[in-house]
Amino acid sequence: MATFKREYLFNSLFLAITALSSFLVIALLLGIFLVLLKESLPAFQRFGFLGFILSSSWDPVKENFGGAIPLFGTLVTSFFALILAIPIALGIAIFITEVAPKSLREPIGMAIELLAAIPSIIYGMWGLFTLAPIQSKYIEPFLQKTLGSLPYFGKLFSGTPLGIDIFTASLILSIMIIPFTASVARDAFQLVPPVLKESAYGVGATKWEVIKDVVIPYCKLGILGGIGLSLGRALGETMAVAFVLGNLNQFPSSLFSATATVTVKLANEFTEADKDIHLASLFYLALLLFIMSFTILAIAKYFIQRTGTK
Amino acid sequence: MIKRRKIINQIALFICFLTAVWGLFWLFFILFDVVRHGLTALTPSLILNDPAPPGVSGGGLKHAILGHTLITITATLIGVPIGILGGTFLAEYGRNWAFSRIISFLADIMVSVPAIIVGAFVYALFVKPIGHFSGFAGALALAFIMIPVIVRTTENMLSLIPWTLREAAFALGAPYYKVIFQIVYRGAGMGIFTGIILAIARVTGEAAPLLFTSFNNAFTSYNLREPLASLTVTIFQYAMGPYEDWHRQAWGASFLITLFILGLTLVGRYLIKRRFKH
Repeated sequence: MATFKREYLFNSLFLAITALSSFLVIALLLGIFLVLLKESLPAFQRFGFLGFILSSSWDPVKENFGGAIPLFGTLVTSFFALILAIPIALGIAIFITEVAPKSLREPIGMAIELLAAIPSIIYGMWGLFTLAPIQSKYIEPFLQKTLGSLPYFGKLFSGTPLGIDIFTASLILSIMIIPFTASVARDAFQLVPPVLKESAYGVGATKWEVIKDVVIPYCKLGILGGIGLSLGRALGETMAVAFVLGNLNQFPSSLFSATATVTVKLANEFTEADKDIHLASLFYLALLLFIMSFTILAIAKYFIQRTGTK
Repeated sequence: MIKRRKIINQIALFICFLTAVWGLFWLFFILFDVVRHGLTALTPSLILNDPAPPGVSGGGLKHAILGHTLITITATLIGVPIGILGGTFLAEYGRNWAFSRIISFLADIMVSVPAIIVGAFVYALFVKPIGHFSGFAGALALAFIMIPVIVRTTENMLSLIPWTLREAAFALGAPYYKVIFQIVYRGAGMGIFTGIILAIARVTGEAAPLLFTSFNNAFTSYNLREPLASLTVTIFQYAMGPYEDWHRQAWGASFLITLFILGLTLVGRYLIKRRFKH
């Protein structure tokens, strides 16, 4: 009887410990939100919400802060990164699931996933020392010559190509997020019932038509989820962007101009902010970034989960 | 008409092939560059020497390697037990509880939450009240990043153990905690271990959360209560700095860290593959 009681006690104890550990995940997320909220309160009281996100001044001397430029920079770099990354990632997923010979699928998939394992600081340093000089010497002048004379679009390619700009940052971001979309899309493609594909082949469709008209429509949710996952990553990426974007509080005039993102501002100014309101404004930016990426990731994960249970 | 469709098919599939080439191109370009620069920088003095004053060449990265190892080990010691226990709850005691699904959904999101935000959180929680940066704060930030990763992998690995195995143990009168320790953990041990390896690989490359927590230290230190240098923050500082020798050392540090992480990742992937083959 005594041992039975002891076993019961141990079991309850272990249950309590494991339960507390798993609640820690919620406590952490809630804690992050509340702490950021508390720390950014002085800035919120002083500048308000619209006043902060619409103001482009960032003046530590006059103590006047607004987040328009870093927020815009974050959205623009992530947007261009997505435009570059989505077609590539989908192409890779199609190649791995439908085109490549069986023996090559595994190694190529593994290699693409390794792109996600390389630390972001390596991307940043490589971008600064290797990619940025190549960009400013060859790629950007070439784009300027060829695409710069187009109507409307030409303006995107104006300015002096220095290599430290939105274009380089977006290119590196796009390389970093390829594996996230690619692996989610690949998993979704593999869930397509073979019968669906076979019936399309049966009426004489080519492989590309099967992919375009059967596989991709069937996996719409999964693909959207993969894109959302990539977007969440791109918004919060710090070190890679910090090296190749500069930290210039100025709206970009073209793809070839430096600007700032939320993460770059945080990385560069956080430890140097000596005034409370400066630090509070940085926390405010962090809070906005947290809310943005949390929302996007939640939607993306929801989509991905739904495809898994279909 | 049929011919045109066939040509379109060929072109489209060829473009898919090109996208794979594009992805592999950047992977090899980056790795090749890191190895090329890294090998020229890699000397015994790079690993064994204390750092030299700025501008003086010949220093090493001993301080950063030691600091980074200390921070990572501490983070692992905090993050791994909590992560495993949390995952155990989700897969065992709380498996039929709707709230557990919410926790594992949130853990999934937290895996992708920007690391720099975790850094800012730990800064507000530990660095600001104490008044100075510390290696322990850095380890805590890394542990917070690790916990959701390990929670999720542990939960997945435990769910793979067939339920009948547990029932067999229950039938012998074993209490649940004993079933978990002696049946479930034993069966899922390799999977959990793989999750830990991948989680360590994930946090070793983080620089952003360390910027505001463990900060940096120009001297060799073993004290977790003081600011500690780490390889990643040192790379940031050296690569942005003006000295040629700093850039060389930054490449050396990048080489070391990339080698370590890719090695761990490949081992982890290999273990997963081996497990699912049987």
